[in-house]
Amino acid sequence: MTIAQARTLIAERFPGAQTAGDAPMVVTVPVDAWVPFARFAKETLGCRFFSFLSAVDWKEEGLEVVAKIDNVDEKLSLLLKTRLGPGVSACPSLTGVYKGADWMERECYDMFGIRFEGHPDLRRILLGDDWEGHPLLKSYAVDTPHPPFR
Amino acid sequence: MSTVAPSTRVELDYTGSERLTMNMGPQHPSAHGVFRAILTLEGEEVVGIDAMIGYLHRCHEKLAETLTYAQYPSIASKTDYVAAMTSEFAYVRAAEMIGKIEVPKRAQYLRVIAAELQRVASHLLWLGTWCLDMGGALGGGATVFLYCIREREFILDLFEALVGARLLYGFYQVGGVRYDLPPGWTDTCRETVDFIDRRIDEYQRMLEENPFFLVRTQGVGVVSRELAQEVGLSGPLVRGSGVNYDLRRTDPYSSYEDFDFRVPVETGGDCFARYRVRMVEFRESLTIVRQALEKLPEGPISSRPGLKSVAQIRIPKGEAYARVEGARGEVGCYLIADGGPKPYRMKWRGASFSNLAILPHIIPGHKVADVVAIMGSVDPVFGEVDR
Amino acid sequence: MPGWVVSLIAPFIVLNAILGIVTYVTLLERKFAARMQSRVGPYRVGPHGLLQPIADAIKLMMKEDVVPDAADRPVYNLAPIVFLIPCMLIFATIPFAPGLGVADLNIGILFFLAVSAMEIVGLFMAGWGSNNKYALLSAMRAVNQVISYDLPFIFAALVPVLLAGSLRLSDIAAAQAGLWFVFYPVIGQLAFVAFIVSTVAAENRAPFDILEAESELVAGFRVEYSGMKFAIIQLGEYAHVIGASFLGALLFFGAWAGPGPEWMGPIWFLLKAMVVFLLVTWVRWSFVRIRVDQMLALSWKALLPATLVLLIGTAVVVVWRTPGV
Repeated sequence: MTIAQARTLIAERFPGAQTAGDAPMVVTVPVDAWVPFARFAKETLGCRFFSFLSAVDWKEEGLEVVAKIDNVDEKLSLLLKTRLGPGVSACPSLTGVYKGADWMERECYDMFGIRFEGHPDLRRILLGDDWEGHPLLKSYAVDTPHPPFR
Repeated sequence: MSTVAPSTRVELDYTGSERLTMNMGPQHPSAHGVFRAILTLEGEEVVGIDAMIGYLHRCHEKLAETLTYAQYPSIASKTDYVAAMTSEFAYVRAAEMIGKIEVPKRAQYLRVIAAELQRVASHLLWLGTWCLDMGGALGGGATVFLYCIREREFILDLFEALVGARLLYGFYQVGGVRYDLPPGWTDTCRETVDFIDRRIDEYQRMLEENPFFLVRTQGVGVVSRELAQEVGLSGPLVRGSGVNYDLRRTDPYSSYEDFDFRVPVETGGDCFARYRVRMVEFRESLTIVRQALEKLPEGPISSRPGLKSVAQIRIPKGEAYARVEGARGEVGCYLIADGGPKPYRMKWRGASFSNLAILPHIIPGHKVADVVAIMGSVDPVFGEVDR
Repeated sequence: MPGWVVSLIAPFIVLNAILGIVTYVTLLERKFAARMQSRVGPYRVGPHGLLQPIADAIKLMMKEDVVPDAADRPVYNLAPIVFLIPCMLIFATIPFAPGLGVADLNIGILFFLAVSAMEIVGLFMAGWGSNNKYALLSAMRAVNQVISYDLPFIFAALVPVLLAGSLRLSDIAAAQAGLWFVFYPVIGQLAFVAFIVSTVAAENRAPFDILEAESELVAGFRVEYSGMKFAIIQLGEYAHVIGASFLGALLFFGAWAGPGPEWMGPIWFLLKAMVVFLLVTWVRWSFVRIRVDQMLALSWKALLPATLVLLIGTAVVVVWRTPGV
């Protein structure tokens, strides 16, 4: 599977997806195509290696979820992106497709407050259960006083 | 970090035996830092595990947004403090990819030398602590541990001569490296490399001819090829499960294509396979160091002038994902720059984080004693897991 | 001197001598392990660290005695003593020289084996009374282990008994005047190896220290003990190892037999016991720990049948070689 072949396949199956770049190939998909695309990438493109999942806070433009997957054998590397839109903090979960998404999505929820729908056990992972706020949001100011001691 | 919740997640079928919930960590001799596992036991057998991390969380990703490209590399070394060189490497490489900054050949070779020596030092610590996990601080494990620490000292001495520091270095800089080799360093380095090469043979004989070591590691903690990829294992773990995935080979960076080395792959997927992979990696890293010292070109060590101020390095708007093969696997840095002196967002892909996520999938069904053996074979560094 | 005075004084002397030996054996082990690991070992307290055991003892006595709230107090407090007594009692039947011992029973070895197996009671009390899950798991392992390894231990120890034809320890020692049992062709060596393996296991030392297992169970049954109670448990453990080493020296190395005048006998005996002890220590510091199920399998599937066959084989040889039977 070359990069060009992969690009053609993606264009056929997911007309709404935009692709750019080669290594990694950045694929932007709409939120509703997030899980179907991941499944397609895993099963058809052979991207079985799950590298990481995270998010970016683009302030007014809302959150963007990013995931990196690889086809280790054929050196195909995809960076998946999806925009959740302003004010939206819900995203379908990839745990059904990749087992590695479990902890990554928990971390993402912890840091950005994104609720991954379909995640079996969405709890905070790095911060304590009593933590207030989601620190990697741009609106989370480090010096915001929180009672009683933070 | 999370409070105690009933372990409902990965559990074997209930067979009717009485169950015991046992807390391991965060203060536990083989927690390798601050790892907490809530084990559900049926006698000696583990039937459920709830793994908890986050006790060493230091907001590295938020911190990176507040520090400039010149400041953060030395902080990056604090993520994986056992292999600090490779952590710095990932960050500066991400910045160089966005800014399309050239790195002189000599600097690339120096980076390779530092990274490979670091891998040897890190694997030495892994071998020692893993044997300590299995053999106990009051048994044969302590013997191996002390031998390994003795050898690791020599590499730390080399780093000390090179950088001035022994644990956290700040050797890598955007555009090159910070220091050139001091006089006489190459000779000392060659001697150390030869010496460690001989010693590793000794350890391998000591361990592999020991039936107790074999029964403790063979067939324990088997990870299938599929599961390894899906969870995102990397480094020696994924290679121990039969996946030929080494970034130095699949996605060469920093002139790795110039060197001749083997990528060990084992198909067993158990603790012993992971051990074998690392034992070969020791040798291969030493070979790479020898070759790099041999071929080391003359020239500048950085494409950028010496640092005068913290905000000196500016890179244009853009994003990049840089990955390097660290001692524990794929150390990745996803960097988004907005044109200012500081990154807009940085995501740190710690190899240990993904590697550790395998534990809930493989531990149920093993004995309590295997938990520490599997844990040790995963070789997590909690600075990198919790960041 | 009336007999009852001797009966009072002799145990007193032996008890104190044993305590002294046990204290210094810890230093010997630490120095030996340090050399194996290319370290120096204790060096600061006294010349070459010679006062280290005393410093350790003083430190342990000064420490606060912590009793966990949830502990079963009577059991918790009694356990170290219940553990220590059998470990000390095993020295009662050991003759240190001809006629020099507390009680040279005609069933000396049986007494030794029986009392030595009783340490498990104290162990289990400690594990149970601490009300700690690590300790409880460790106590469960301890029962498994002691039951599985006492049988091979007894069988291995019975081989010299058969060869000597007596259960009295002084008779066994005397029977080796010509040939130490460790040099008895084939049988002696096999029995000695089996004895060392089962000693290591029955004394809960690495690679069979699964009930202490500090990398899993932190410190096992003694995780909640501190101060003097910890010291007593430690003392008992070392006393047991030393006792087993003396037994090994007696059963296989001819006890007090050696060149020099007769008064050298006890010294030779001590030296031989130390050799056995260092052998056990050498094993301890070179192997990684074995898992509980593997350990049980080793005992029931390999060691126990092997020692049983060895015992029967010895009996056959003895009958065959004894004229007129």
